[in-house]
Formats: sequence, C-alpha cells, structure tokens
Amino acid sequence: MISFYIHFPFCIKKCDYCDFLSFPASDEVREEYVDALCREISLYSDISGKNGDNTVSTVFFGGGTPSLLTTEQLDKIMSLLNAGFLVSKDAEISLECNPGTLDLNKLKDIKKLGINRLSIGLQSAVDSELKTLGRIHDFNRFNLTYSDARKAGFDNINIDIMSAIPGQDIESYKRTLTEIVNADPEHISAYSLIIEEGTKFHDLFDCDTNVIAGKNLPSEDDEREMYHMTRCVLGEAGYHRYEISNYAREDYECRHNNVYWTGGEYIGVGLGASSYFCGYRYKNLSDMSEYLSAYGKEKGILSQFGPNPDDLIKDVRLHEEVGLLSVKDKMEEYMYLGLRRTDGVSIRRFTEKFGADIDSIYGPVLEKLIKDGLMIKNGDMFKLTDYGIDVSNVVLSNFLLD
Amino acid sequence: MDQNHIRNFCIVAHIDHGKSTLADRIIEKTGLLTDREMQEQVLDNMDIERERGITIKAQTVRTIYKAKDGQEYVFNLIDTPGHVDFNYEVSRSLAACDGAILVVDAAQGIEAQTLANVYLALDHDLEVFPVINKIDLPSAEPQRVIDEIEDVIGIEAQDAPLISAKNGIGIEDVLERIVERIPAPKGNPDAPLKALIFDSLYDSYRGVIIFCRLMDGRVSKGTHIKMMATGATAEVVEVGTFGAGQFIPGDELSAGMVGYITASIKNVRDTAVGDTVTDDDNPCAEALPGYKKVQSMVYCGMYPADGAKYPDLRDALEKLQLNDASLNYEPETSVALGFGFRCGFLGLLHLEIVQERLEREYNLDLVTTAPGVIYHIWKTNGEMVELTNPTNMPDPSEIDYMEEPIVAAEIMLTSEYLGAIMGLCQERRGRQTGMEYIEANRVLLKYDLPLNEIIYDFFDALKSRSRGYASFDYELKGYEKSSLVKLDILINREEVDALSFIVHADSAYERGRKMCEKLKDEIPRHLFEIPIQAAVGGKIIARETVKAMRKDVLAKCYGGDITRKKKLLEKQKEGKKRMRQIGNVEIPQKAFMSVLKLDSE
Repeated sequence: MISFYIHFPFCIKKCDYCDFLSFPASDEVREEYVDALCREISLYSDISGKNGDNTVSTVFFGGGTPSLLTTEQLDKIMSLLNAGFLVSKDAEISLECNPGTLDLNKLKDIKKLGINRLSIGLQSAVDSELKTLGRIHDFNRFNLTYSDARKAGFDNINIDIMSAIPGQDIESYKRTLTEIVNADPEHISAYSLIIEEGTKFHDLFDCDTNVIAGKNLPSEDDEREMYHMTRCVLGEAGYHRYEISNYAREDYECRHNNVYWTGGEYIGVGLGASSYFCGYRYKNLSDMSEYLSAYGKEKGILSQFGPNPDDLIKDVRLHEEVGLLSVKDKMEEYMYLGLRRTDGVSIRRFTEKFGADIDSIYGPVLEKLIKDGLMIKNGDMFKLTDYGIDVSNVVLSNFLLD
Repeated sequence: MDQNHIRNFCIVAHIDHGKSTLADRIIEKTGLLTDREMQEQVLDNMDIERERGITIKAQTVRTIYKAKDGQEYVFNLIDTPGHVDFNYEVSRSLAACDGAILVVDAAQGIEAQTLANVYLALDHDLEVFPVINKIDLPSAEPQRVIDEIEDVIGIEAQDAPLISAKNGIGIEDVLERIVERIPAPKGNPDAPLKALIFDSLYDSYRGVIIFCRLMDGRVSKGTHIKMMATGATAEVVEVGTFGAGQFIPGDELSAGMVGYITASIKNVRDTAVGDTVTDDDNPCAEALPGYKKVQSMVYCGMYPADGAKYPDLRDALEKLQLNDASLNYEPETSVALGFGFRCGFLGLLHLEIVQERLEREYNLDLVTTAPGVIYHIWKTNGEMVELTNPTNMPDPSEIDYMEEPIVAAEIMLTSEYLGAIMGLCQERRGRQTGMEYIEANRVLLKYDLPLNEIIYDFFDALKSRSRGYASFDYELKGYEKSSLVKLDILINREEVDALSFIVHADSAYERGRKMCEKLKDEIPRHLFEIPIQAAVGGKIIARETVKAMRKDVLAKCYGGDITRKKKLLEKQKEGKKRMRQIGNVEIPQKAFMSVLKLDSE
C-alpha cells in the first residue's frame, strides 16, 4: 500500500504566520513545477512497478494552496497516478484549499477527477482575526466555498481552525467553534498558533508584552481554556478527538494522517516534501531552482536508476537528510507518533513489531509517566491523559532512547 | 660576563597603555629576531593572554643592543604580569630588575595601575624613567601628561621620549635611554651563589625551568643548588638565557645576569616565586628579602558538568598546577553537584583564566559555584577557623564573631563620575580613606572595601557607571570584624548546598530576593509548582514561585515531516540533559553561576 503526499508550494499571498514552504509565483513557474512534479511521480512508478505492490490507498495534495492547481494540471497528475499505480477504488484523495480559490464548476470538475475529500483552511470565523492573520478571505467567502463544495457532492470535508490568534479571546473563539459546528463538516483540525522563526509574526512579536502588531496574544490560561473548550464543544456536537489536534465524525478520521501516526510508509513528491519509503526517511530539496533542474529537464539522467530504490533515495541531487531507520528509531517513532492518537499505542503490537517486550524498553519511563498522571494504561493500550496531551512535547520526548 | 654591559629592566604601565607593543619594538630594533620570528606580541604567548591583551605569566627576553657609543649591551627585559591579582609576582619581577621604563598613554595620562606599578617600582629602589606613548593619537596631549607625571609621581619627565610604539616612532631614543639611565648590576661574581626566582615553568621533558636573576655568584651544570625557603635541592642540568620564545643554553650564569636553570625538578612548588637559589655546597649567609608564600584570596567550587568527567577534571587541575603554583585545589562533595573541587585563586581574574583554560585546553564543561573569600570564624571556644566553603560554616551557636578580608583600593576617575563611583563604593560597604585632586578634573579616590564586595562584579559596575573612565587597583589590607550570615537557597523546599553563600547581614534580604528572582527566570517550568526560597538561619526571607507548566504547543505536523517533529523532541530532551537534578527539580547548570550577576540589571 502506498500513500502519496503531493506538495504544491504556491499561494496567492503568504500569510503572516505561515512557516510552510510556500510563496507566490507566476503561471509559467507553476506550469514548469507541475511538469517536474509529474516526472518525479513517474520515477517512483518505474521503481514501484519493479518492486511489486503498487496499490495507492491515500493521496494528499498539500501546500501552499493546491486548490490553485488548474483542473488540467490536477488531471495530469491524477492520470499519471492512475497510469503508474493501482489507485484503489476507495482511496482517500484529499486536496487542501483556501476559500475563494475554487468555484462550483471547478469543484465539480475536480470531484470528477477522483478527489473525494477537501480540507478547507478557514482558521477563524471572525473577520478581524482573519485580517490579522493575513488571510485572503473573509468568513462569508468561506461559506460560499463550503456550500459550493457540498453542492459539488463533496461528502468528506475537513475545516482547519486555529486558537491563540492575536486579538482572539474566549468569546470570539467560541463563535468560531459554534459557526463551524453549524457548518457540520465531517472532520475538524484545531491547532494553536505557533510563532515560528522566519515568519512576519515572529518579526512583529514583542515577547515582553505578548503583543503582535498592536494585538494581544491570548494569555496562557485563556489559551488553555480555548483548547479545552474545543474538545468540549466539538465533543457535544458529535466529533471525537482521535489525535491531539484532530476531530472527526465516526468513520471520517483522516486515513492519510493516520499513516503518519502509525508508522506507515508514504512517498512525498514536490519541493521539500518528506518521505518515508523503503525504510528511509528523507526530504526533497527545498530550493526551487535545484528542484526544477533535477526534474525539470528530460527524464534522461533519472532513467539511470535501476530496480534498487536505495540508489534513487540516496541520490544527493534529489534528496537530503536521508536516513535509514534503525530498530531503535522505529521504536521511538512507534511511541511518540502513536501516542498522538487518543487510542494510544498497543502493547501487543509493539511486541509483534519489534520482538521485544515494551516494558523491557520503556518500563521505567512508562511507570514514571503514569505515576505523574501523564499517561494511563488501559488493557492493551498505553495512552496520554488529558494533562499528558497538554504537555505532550515533554511527555513524548521521554521516548527518545539514548 | 662584564656587568657594565648588562641592563636588567622591566616596563610598567596601566593596561592598554602599550607595554607589550613597546616590548615588541625593543626586541625588533635590537635585531635578535628576524621578521619571520616576530610574532604579533612576542612576550604574550598564551592564547588567553593574547585574546585578553594582558600578560599573565612573566616572560623575559634577552637581546643585544649596539649603542651609539659603539658598544654592545645585553638587555634583559623582564615582562611583568599586568593585573592586581598577580601583585606579588609583579613585585618579584621588579626585584629582579635594576630599572624600569614607565609607559604612559599620551591621551589618557596616569591611571590607577600606573600609580600602583610605579610606586611598587620605586619601593624596590628601581631607577624609573618615563616614556610618553601613543603621541600620534589625535587626542594626545604629551605636555599635559609630562606635567602630570612630575606633579603626581614626582619624577623628572620633561625629557621623556615621545614615542609611538605601534608605529615605531622614537624607539631609538628609548634604547639609548635604557643604556644611559638604567644602572648596571653590581653583584659579586665571586661571592656564594644568590639568585632570585621570579618565575618558573614546567616542561614535561626538562621538569621545572627556573627563571632567575643572579645577584651574586655563579651557577653552571653540576652545581648543587638549594632553594632556601622551600629547602628543595637539586643538581643543575642546564643553564642559559632567554631568546624570544626559546631557551638558549650557555655554560654559566654569573652575577648580574638573568637566565634559567633546569635541574630535573618535578614540582613548581619547590621553586616558589621569590625564593632564593644558592649553592648547597657553599651557601650564602642569608636569603634575599621579600619572599612570601602565595595565598589564595578567592575560592569557588568547580564541578564537571558531566559527573563522569571527575577524573578528567582532577588530571587537568594537576597539570595546570604544574605551571601555576598559586592554584590550589582540594576535593569536595556537594549534594547538588556531586564530586568536584574547591579551588583557590589569587583573584577573580585568575579564577576566570583557570576556568577558561580548563574549558578550552582540556575540553571540560564546568559548573562553577559563586566565588567567595576566606572568612575567619572565631568560635566561642577561642578557636579560629578559616572558612572557604559556605557549606562548612559552623552552627551559629558556636560562633563568637566573624572577620572578613578588607582591601585598600585606589580608584582614579574624572570628576564628573565622582558621585556615581562614591555611591557604588558606599553600596559595597566601602569606607572612604582619602580623596586627592590630581588635576582640575581628575581624582584619586581611596577606599577600604570588603573583598567579598568586589570579587563579583565591581569592575563591571565601575566601568559602566564611569563609562570606562575609572581605573582601579587594590591590595589586601587585613581582616576586620563583620556581621556576616550564610544565605541558603531552598528549591522545592530542599536546600541546595551549591547555592549557599556568605553575605553581610544588612544585604542578606536584598541579595536573597534578587537571587530568588534570578533563579525563577533560570529554572524552567516543571509539571508542578516549584517554590524558591532564600533563608538565613532557617528563617525564610524571600520567596518566588516557578509556576507549573500548563501546556505546550500543538503544532501542525508538516506534511509528514517527522524529522522536524523529532528534532523538536530532541531539543526538549537535550535541554534536560544540561540540567542538574535536585530532588524532583531540574536546574540548569548556569543557574549555579547566576549569583554572580545579581547586580547586572
């Protein structure tokens, strides 16, 4: 089973908090990029063809703003996937989109291409907050896009929302929650804003006063309350939290995300995309001109790769931070990724996977975390408590082995 | 060797007035060095010295000068350490000389160390002649400085050479002046050997290399020498003189000469600076005056950041001590920091230098506790205890009274900062003992100050409050009765021994409060609330709280970029490693030094 992450690094305008690999670009550059992307995909189809299983179970178009891809470009990519792989009939094929970048016709067209899940970046239902974030849309625009998506037949939609926005307070956040529950999507991702280095927010942030561009960041206590309110309001509305920041109606968990948390392999294509493939974790180059010159020309130099995927993966013209996971790495990941899921990690599966008893590796750590009220054991499962989720980085860092 | 053609001298100056640069020029002009050998500052050859621009170990060099009278003279230039911490070494180096060149900056004029050093030179009956340096600076006022030297020091200065050591101006003048003004030595080569040790160096092949000035007699290979104060004896293996950066072996050293002796001596402690070397078979009647045993003034605990490195730290200290007889250390144990050493230093600079060398040359990561001085504790049973580690303070009920070391300090400054600096001395419990106007706007302030008030950050405070226009020098005066208490710090209700320090009772509250505030910032949030308390004699005098951690970030997982997530977790874990575990609390190592910076705000 193969999962694909397809990165489209372009957007209309970069948001002020955004730390993703994204930037505006001309139509020509976008076109050239899509060509390169297609060559990268066919490179993998060559290898997969030679290596047996080529069933694709999930595809995720992320960005940037992949809804800026034209229907023709999306068609090209989807056709290539269908030609080179066996895209499973019930595959989950998601596209991230921003309100205002798609109209009803385009939505209908892309639905026909097989895209069956939309992830809409709303962030907030309060217009002043959207403005603060530097978003290109208002709440009204979101509503239009959302109802168009329903009209086009999308029956699996995620909405992204954000807490801890400058100027946000508990009341305004509650409004966002209420509006989103009224919209009734199948899936909700709720993150808190993080001021990352290299963003405009980071430059504007005054850490002494906790103010960005004249707007107060919510206090720590408020932020915590927002977080707990999220769970409460969404829970009452029938969404269950299945991962630290993700909520879904029954049977609508994001299968692609679950691949990440459960140690499944995936191929990331596109600028700076991360992959976990054939036991290796690696990243594509994140310099656009390097990426384009690696894939942008005729496939000539790339056809030299034989059936051994190691050669492709380790090629420094294409990838960086290449690392073959050791058993130790895999154990660590099993824990710190698996524990992001609310149902936790299975003791039995650990033994099956690694041939070792979980207690022999993590016994003292687990014991201490349970004693500190950060984790609980429930039958076959270890999981984080609510408090453990609050301070998840501290907890999860305990599972790194020396 | 004909003593009439020997000139033994040193250069004295305030820091940065150009002592080392002038030394370089003298060596260059006397031509014993080729340009290739000429390093930037030949005399300062330790990295730290080079970086800090100060001389720590006295170095010495012999050069040959052909004077205008057509004759060749041997110049022995003995470099002296440039910091108050090394006062005793300076005095022994001066005792090895017959004269001194006083270098004064043409723009800055006389500074505190100028005075201290020149008085020290005059005390040793050295012939001192002044040189005005940096005359090419736009702000140079040579005549003003000449007048100042005559007024303040009272030595003839009208004919002082006006030079720029940096640009090589006026160096010839200085060389001729050395021949004219520095007296030739007048020892008796036929009397029993009497030589002054002014420095020594440990070499792993030759053992200790003694740097000495022969007052009387001769020494050569095979002489049985004896160090009169330490009583150590040895047979001479080699004698010689100092090239620049190299030892030049010779047949014999005789009265008036400066040179080195090796005798397979294993320990620099046997060859203490200031001791007299004599011939064991034909000893001189009495030793040279002025020898004293070097005493540590400042103590602190040094611990390896990684407890497993304790043997490495011990080895490194052992090696450093081979070359540095003024470094003392003995093992100690701290509940908070584990196994380490209580180390004694001449002063804070000496401490910093040793710390830097341990970290740089021996690649050790150290945790250093707050430095303290030696207190005298007079117990009710009449016994006196020297206290170097606050943890060892006896129970208050056993203490009759305590004494602390006091220094006599001289501060030179421009009058506009007088108020600010007097305020500073006041805050540091200073007692004014004098004030002189040297010029209309330059003042010499004299204060008696407790040593423990100046070892932390007095220099920094002085510099910032005078915008760098004040200079400072001090010497130990003695001990005085004082009202002192031990301030303890409790973290999560547990006393942390490594954070205890001795403080004057009047400032205990203030210090305790600042310490708690500082620690509150240094200690990261934990999953539980952590009280930080300051206590004197079991009574809490200040308290702060590190709030419990409420939440950390709920970051988006970037398109399956697990590596990024792992790096974040690794950072979290790495941070933890640099912590010391005290009970349930993890304390960053730098917190143990935070007491040093209490006044930096």
